[in-house]
Amino acid sequence: MSEITPDLVRHLAGLARILVTDQEVEKLAGELSLIVDSVATVNEAVKGDVPATSHPIPMANVFREDVVQPSLSQQQALSGAPDSAEGRFRVAAILDED
Amino acid sequence: MSELVHKSAAELAGLLAKKEVSSVEVTTAFFDRSEKFNSKLNSYLYLNRDNALAAAKSADQAIAEGKIGLLTGVPIAVKDNLTTTDAPTTSGSKVLEGWVPQYDATVVRKLREAKLPILGKTNLDEFAMGSSTEYSAFGPSRNPWDLDRIPGGSGGGSSSAVAGFLAPIAIGSDTGGSIRFPAAVTGSVGAKPTYGAVSRYGLIALASSLDQIGPVANTVMDCALLQDVIAGHDPHDSTSIPTSLGSMTEAVKTADPKGLRVGVVKQLSKDGFQPGVKAAFEDTIAKLVGQGAEIVEVDCPSFEYAIAAYYLILPAEASSNLAKFDSVRFGLRVTPEGNPTIERVMAATREAGFGPEVKRRIILGTYALSSGYYDAYYGSAQKVRTLIQRDLQAAFEKVDVIITPTAPTTAFKIGEKVDDPLAMYLNDIATIPANLAGIPGMSVPNGLASEDSLPSGVQILAPAMKDSQMYRVGAIIEQLYVAQWGSSLIHKAPKLEVL
Amino acid sequence: MAKDELMPYEKAIEQFEVVIGLEVHVELNTKTKMFCGCANVFGSEPNTNVCPICIGLPGSLPAVNKKAVESSIAIGLALGCKIAPTGRFARKNYFYPDLAKNFQTSQYDEPIAFDGKLEVEIPTGEKFEVLIERAHMEEDAGKLTHVGGATGRIQGAEYSLVDYNRAGVPLVEIVTKPIFGAGDKAPELAAAYVRLIREMVKSMDVSDAKMERGNVRCDANVSLRPKGQEKLGTRTETKNVNSLRSVEAAVRYEIQRQAAILAKGGTITQETRHWHEDRGNTSSGRPKSDADDYRYFPEPDLVPVQPSSELIESIRSALPENPALRRKRLQSEWGFSELEFRDVVNSDLLDQIEETVKAGASAQSARKWWTGEIARVANSENKEISGLAVTPQDVAGIQKLIDAGKLNDRLARDVLAGVLAGEGTPEEVVAKRGLEVVTDEGALIAAIDQALAKQPDVLEKIREGKVQAAGAVIGAVMQAMKGQADAARVRELILERAK
Ligand SMILES: [Mg+2]
Ligand SMILES: [Zn+2]
Repeated sequence: MSEITPDLVRHLAGLARILVTDQEVEKLAGELSLIVDSVATVNEAVKGDVPATSHPIPMANVFREDVVQPSLSQQQALSGAPDSAEGRFRVAAILDED
Repeated sequence: MSELVHKSAAELAGLLAKKEVSSVEVTTAFFDRSEKFNSKLNSYLYLNRDNALAAAKSADQAIAEGKIGLLTGVPIAVKDNLTTTDAPTTSGSKVLEGWVPQYDATVVRKLREAKLPILGKTNLDEFAMGSSTEYSAFGPSRNPWDLDRIPGGSGGGSSSAVAGFLAPIAIGSDTGGSIRFPAAVTGSVGAKPTYGAVSRYGLIALASSLDQIGPVANTVMDCALLQDVIAGHDPHDSTSIPTSLGSMTEAVKTADPKGLRVGVVKQLSKDGFQPGVKAAFEDTIAKLVGQGAEIVEVDCPSFEYAIAAYYLILPAEASSNLAKFDSVRFGLRVTPEGNPTIERVMAATREAGFGPEVKRRIILGTYALSSGYYDAYYGSAQKVRTLIQRDLQAAFEKVDVIITPTAPTTAFKIGEKVDDPLAMYLNDIATIPANLAGIPGMSVPNGLASEDSLPSGVQILAPAMKDSQMYRVGAIIEQLYVAQWGSSLIHKAPKLEVL
Repeated sequence: MAKDELMPYEKAIEQFEVVIGLEVHVELNTKTKMFCGCANVFGSEPNTNVCPICIGLPGSLPAVNKKAVESSIAIGLALGCKIAPTGRFARKNYFYPDLAKNFQTSQYDEPIAFDGKLEVEIPTGEKFEVLIERAHMEEDAGKLTHVGGATGRIQGAEYSLVDYNRAGVPLVEIVTKPIFGAGDKAPELAAAYVRLIREMVKSMDVSDAKMERGNVRCDANVSLRPKGQEKLGTRTETKNVNSLRSVEAAVRYEIQRQAAILAKGGTITQETRHWHEDRGNTSSGRPKSDADDYRYFPEPDLVPVQPSSELIESIRSALPENPALRRKRLQSEWGFSELEFRDVVNSDLLDQIEETVKAGASAQSARKWWTGEIARVANSENKEISGLAVTPQDVAGIQKLIDAGKLNDRLARDVLAGVLAGEGTPEEVVAKRGLEVVTDEGALIAAIDQALAKQPDVLEKIREGKVQAAGAVIGAVMQAMKGQADAARVRELILERAK
């Protein structure tokens, strides 16, 4: 049985910056346990030394020349922003100093 | 001229080129029908009449000047997870409601350059997470064959638009079957090209290493025409294939079953398929044998783990791709009571802006990537991917293409699986391997299931970069059924007027 | 912690072994950003060097800057690192408003360069070997401005403003292995190491290397362990120490702070700390926690970097002289004493003096000017010497005028002042201020006669051999000539008179 406890769900939701109510946590813990149990079978599949595939079509060395391209105007850049001031995106204060 | 809307894109392109009809007339016809029936199907989240008619005018101008491309003047619908500067782009989510992008997706730019008027933006499961459009924040789309049933997902808006003749062709995106499953359950045709054949720039990412844009239509030729318009290398997408895969249109014209070797996957001919779907598939095999094709059983033992690997890789990549929806640069912002910090604003916004399935998958993906679990989950899933590629490589040494039923069932009823994620995930059992391996796959209608007389589809898989081979076989199968039915299956769908 | 609570430095060193680790971020001076074509320039209007990619709009995709990769390889080679046959980008996932995608595209387990070694010489002349763990490519974050509350401080701010001009600027992060055995020299070693890195990237012209602009930033890890103990102590990471002076001071402060805590039997919390230039101390930042689970995974939107050996060798052959060798060469070319040369190195004047010598001045005169008068001015205005408006060419020009007897030392200082005040080249200043020494002997003799008339006994004294008596007259003459006379010549003329 999988280890998706309510506390783990709370922790994961924190990492993912999603507010979750206690009922949601309970519900998610149940659903995710089922899903995790079924997807955990990938471990059985892999025996021995198998390379990981992160790109379905193998390619390498795809580069862009160091040539300046047109940017957005400040007004375009801010056009979708919920809030802005002084040509910048405006957000609520940040507590933790880092 | 309402019968205009029942013509294929190829037929419309012919009429337009001969100036027997104008793009403005064709485009208007589709808007008139869409405005009449979109309330029934909920295919479109946004209809863009004025801009489309302006584009149609300029298409007619180009035709008058003899500048005629493959689909010049043929209107098209675009899935709402591609960015468009002249229409809001929501990806089916509240978190993006009302956002008008500052740039066009590469595919959208190509459509504009090729002078295809864009009718509007079609519905999808939120961020393309789903198989039914029931997870769209803006309500489910409906299946033109039975309004109580799902049109498939995530691209149910595009499939219902095309199957309901609200658009001749449409753009879809396919991460685990989101083009092919909707095509199968609506009796239309949909293709997922080789990964990297079509630029993803401007496609709102679900799972970057699985996503691929492709055509949705009512005929194989229409899909081929559309893929030829949108495919090609794009420097904006570092994973886009630098070389051309050739002309799909030519491949369709040169379809010939002689000497064809067709693979059938042992692991996908087991139980779990609806009898009518299974029967239709066996009928397709019989038809191909009748044409002198050789049927070979191929063994793909790792397919057994495809869904598991998929539901680790997808949520992992999605959890990172969807982190940018944080209320700072675009989209929704929800500010809780008091004077909250940005951290709390972000969390409240994402809580309110994302639906349950999206949250479920983000948290699952966060788990799959978190320290201590990475190797067991994401790491192993990436290795399963390698195993699946090896299975397919071995198989394609014996056969030219592989065919499978596209989906285990026909269209299910709206609400039937919405609360059972695992059951929902099983719809993708036959389509997912193509995304994991990056190979092309397409769904072509192959009959109506006896028990519910709803459409079923056959999936054609070809080796990576051999999209033309897939189209060739798609055309062969299509011809066999048109010969039997006297027309495309889609014309057997009930009239929307009477539904 | 208040100054008096710190443990005296010598005592701390007596009781504890110091272990440091340094992370230096170097901003590359490429024309464009790491993953998009936006200009990489300092000081533009906010959010004017931004595009869908670097503000993380939905659907946008990164594309790697070739020059940035080549610069990174060059840095790796200069650090004596191995260059990875396959380097891969990875996503570092964490939410912060200056991070447009809420993940930083960086490198994780496959950095472009690893396993290097540097010999670092500290001001006393002692040399230490610093092992380099890795150098990897990544992107810089945007700039946050905190409004309201204590001036610009993050605490108590009412809101914050984000400018993404810097977001996506290419960075190379250079990480050392733990550095043991520096003992009481650890602070100097840290500063000398950062200076060396700065010198290297500047001479390679891969970075503007201006610390005051944050082109080179240092995070300093410090841990203490009781002498003789095997196990490493808990470390703190002091972030963004942005001047050489601060690097030294911050490491020294942490040693004294941690020693005081440990001596009292306390424990060090593993945390990031912040250096306050103004207060000369560090303050506690965020403790390391689960929030540091960055969920790294390979960036699916980018493909691996596999530099060919040809490319690597061509970059290697283009590398400038290694700083250590260069120092040896310059010291012997200039014939400076150990002490003189170290003084020059420690004041970062190698480049200026080399240029001044190139411009025609002797090494010694160049040294005297830069370490003397110019350093004095910089100090009194507490500026960086590099920040003063005097060029090596100016200095060489002034020295030429001195050698030509056109300036005496005092006048030369005035000329320098004029140059610093932006009055033009030395020649122009001389002209504008009329500072040239008087060479018209007639005028000199007239002035001498006047002075002698006032002090008739002087000639007698000189004839009696009391040559120093000339001094009084020289003084008078210089005064009469407002200093614009060559004192030596005046003396000669007086002695002639006495014959
Ligand atoms: Mg870093
Ligand atoms: Zn940019």
